[in-house]
Amino acid sequence: MFTPLTVALAVAALALAVWCGWAAYRDQPTKDWHFIGMAVVSVLALAQLAVGIVRLAGGEDAAEGTVIFVAYLAAVAACVPVVGLISLTERTKWGSLTVAAGAVVLAVLQARLHEIWGGGGGA
Amino acid sequence: MAPETPPREPRDPGGGPSDSDATARRASNAPARSAGIGKGPGTLLVTLYGIFTVGAASRSAVQLATRFDEAPLAYLLSAAAALVYAFITLSLVRGGERARRAALGCCCVELLGVLTVGTWTLVEPSAFPDATVWSDYGMGYLFIPVILPVTGLLWLRRSRSHGGPAAVGD
Repeated sequence: MFTPLTVALAVAALALAVWCGWAAYRDQPTKDWHFIGMAVVSVLALAQLAVGIVRLAGGEDAAEGTVIFVAYLAAVAACVPVVGLISLTERTKWGSLTVAAGAVVLAVLQARLHEIWGGGGGA
Repeated sequence: MAPETPPREPRDPGGGPSDSDATARRASNAPARSAGIGKGPGTLLVTLYGIFTVGAASRSAVQLATRFDEAPLAYLLSAAAALVYAFITLSLVRGGERARRAALGCCCVELLGVLTVGTWTLVEPSAFPDATVWSDYGMGYLFIPVILPVTGLLWLRRSRSHGGPAAVGD
């Protein structure tokens, strides 16, 4: 779709996962800085959603089908906000670990998204 | 057991080593025995089960709707997996002793399912033209489908024997 953004999002998500995993390892809940990190990742995800929709509207097609592609884009955009909210209700290291897990899932979704758009081949 | 009980106060962020024996004993005397299966480590389990519910359900919905004839067995198994995941997620969120037992049973079903389908796909790949969530013991999903029920079983057993979330601590 737009490979630099996909890569950037995957890297940012993994960094967030490591960061929150580190917080969990140190027995800490998510703090303001973590939420700023989550916001950055979420903004990137929303940008990806916008880019994806624009490309579809421009007449291009996802290799594995439009419905699956849009569903993945929506899941990507929702992923970090949802785990962020969960970590607000769970003010222990388990909240941090939940955010880390969500961020890893986001990175995996990026890999799938790349396949779905390009059929495993090109961008 | 006590039916519905208010969830415990979340632990203080810095209160790591506060889980003394005394706290545990007090907690096991409290009427709230297993109100906390969706708290603490349970939060992470709820999240993972939630993700797998969404994943398996949407996957099977798309497959059943668009190409049921290609691999009916695989797609129906994916749908069954989605149901099991959904049920465990709900049980963990609801909490209480009955929900804990229901979730425990479902985790057993899930584990059996993963092991059976995993072995089946290896022994007789021709039965599965397309993959399910549980193919090859969940290899396509980083083996989480086989790790999750084991973790779930451990967690649900532990939250009973120690009488609540306080004793489980970290």
